[in-house]
Amino acid sequence: MSAPLIRLTGVGKRYGALEALRAVDLEAHAGEVTCVLGDNGAGKSTLIKIVAGLHPHDDGVVEVDGNAVRYASPREALAHGIATVFQDLALAPLMPVWANLFLGQELEAGWGPLRRMDVARMREVTRAALADLGTDLPDVDRPVADLSGGQRQCVAIARAIHFGARALVLDEPTAALGVRQAGMVLRQVAAAKARGLAVILITHNPNHAYAVGNRFLVLQRGAGQGAFRRAEITVDALARQMAGELAEQGA
Amino acid sequence: MSETGASRKTRRLATPEAGALAGAVLVYLFFFAVAPPFRDLSSLSTVLYVSSIYGIPALAVALLMIGGEFDLSAGVAVITAALTASMFSYEMTANVWVGVGVSLAVALAVGVLNGVLVVRTGIPSFLVTLGSFFMLAGLNLAGTRLITGNVATRSIADMDGFASARAVFASSFSVGGVDVRVTVLWWLAFAALASWVLWRRRVGNWIFAVGGAPLTARAVGVPVRRVKIALFATTAFAAWFVGMHQLFAYDTVQSGEGVGKEFYYIIAAVVGGCLLTGGQGSAVGAVLGALIFGMTTQGIIYAGWNPDWFKFFVGVLLLAVILLNAGVRRWQAAGR
Repeated sequence: MSAPLIRLTGVGKRYGALEALRAVDLEAHAGEVTCVLGDNGAGKSTLIKIVAGLHPHDDGVVEVDGNAVRYASPREALAHGIATVFQDLALAPLMPVWANLFLGQELEAGWGPLRRMDVARMREVTRAALADLGTDLPDVDRPVADLSGGQRQCVAIARAIHFGARALVLDEPTAALGVRQAGMVLRQVAAAKARGLAVILITHNPNHAYAVGNRFLVLQRGAGQGAFRRAEITVDALARQMAGELAEQGA
Repeated sequence: MSETGASRKTRRLATPEAGALAGAVLVYLFFFAVAPPFRDLSSLSTVLYVSSIYGIPALAVALLMIGGEFDLSAGVAVITAALTASMFSYEMTANVWVGVGVSLAVALAVGVLNGVLVVRTGIPSFLVTLGSFFMLAGLNLAGTRLITGNVATRSIADMDGFASARAVFASSFSVGGVDVRVTVLWWLAFAALASWVLWRRRVGNWIFAVGGAPLTARAVGVPVRRVKIALFATTAFAAWFVGMHQLFAYDTVQSGEGVGKEFYYIIAAVVGGCLLTGGQGSAVGAVLGALIFGMTTQGIIYAGWNPDWFKFFVGVLLLAVILLNAGVRRWQAAGR
């Protein structure tokens, strides 16, 4: 097996006196989905903020392609091919799907003062990019606000993949979605994996995680509770891991 | 597929200004019925002229509002521009085109200053431009008094360049016996340009994005600050243009004018489908909004009513069209 694209070793993060994360290990390989599971407050969002470049880590080592890194901004992470899709920050709701996919990197045609957006091509590419990932959305002129939650996630993921991401960090993409919608997003996660991306999927749903995951990391109060390969664990055992965490918290 | 594609495109383009179109038709029919002189072609020409004077700044204000900002100083900036051009030319005994150029520089500087203050401080543009509104209003009065000792500028009608400047900013010509003012042509040309920029230039995409989803826009690398500053400068340019029209149409400028006009521009943009919160609107809508204004101003006169009623009618219109707009939006949303 090749070296992981992203590797966290003993990573910790403190906000003042609060220790949000301590000694967490995580690996994300190309062509695999690494799931991070945990209840609210378990440290999932702190973990992805470190990987996304929003907050630097305090302890441990974050490696990308085997080199230790410390990102100062999401843009820096993006330059290394790590794209993060946050729940609500990803899209402009009043703008059409194609304009969202290309926002900031619009295709153009013509020269000088007649230079203009190549809207027809952006529509085509958007349709194709979504279809490639198994999302059927023929009307790319609809404003994003009109789409279902699942479709929105798909547009945001398609955007990251289209612009060359090698690693995709997804922040609870199936939270608050119905069964069908969640299925649509998980199909797209599987498609991203099949294209050779390293995916880090944050979720609190063991069924969603098990449907697409290769590796699982269960977080509890900022610490790694267990790391498993798919062959080492069943979905029931995974659910018990999380339930155990809940019981312990309740006690 | 192509047919449904076309209808969808129409729906998306039509949404913001559908209410304005209905409002314009209603106002037209109303005055057509109650004011017989309104039916003449020459009246239509006057309506278009008045609409263009509101409409040119309203276009820029619409772009600014789509970009999520306000400019309350646009009304008095018109007069600042006219005063600057007039007094500079007169005091320096220069060709009026020199004054026109100096005035443009001053106007753009005010616009850029508004923009820089808004994006650097993060203070709402409503407050920043409320400050510049009062400053410009005071400067107009005090500066004119200081330089001319009067409340109005002296006539520059006999100065070099006046004739050619009037031809550009304030001439008129006859089409089939009907007098057409040149500002109407400028208005429609600016509207076409604004529409093209909004829907076809990448910066148009950015204007919608910085207004509707500023954090997303920044996250994907849209130069949010530069776009907003450019929008304030565009608004200043439009105010300058109308200021030049006022100057060369009347050859003197009253320093106390312009107060309150900024609201008309904002109302025209809102009536035309601009969201107060940004991210939605259109140039065509702003044209229709200004046209509704022009029809109301002139319609009241043609109907023989006391012009004192004008502001009351503007208020009624604003409320009516906004309610209509909200209704149309709900209906469109339900029809999906």
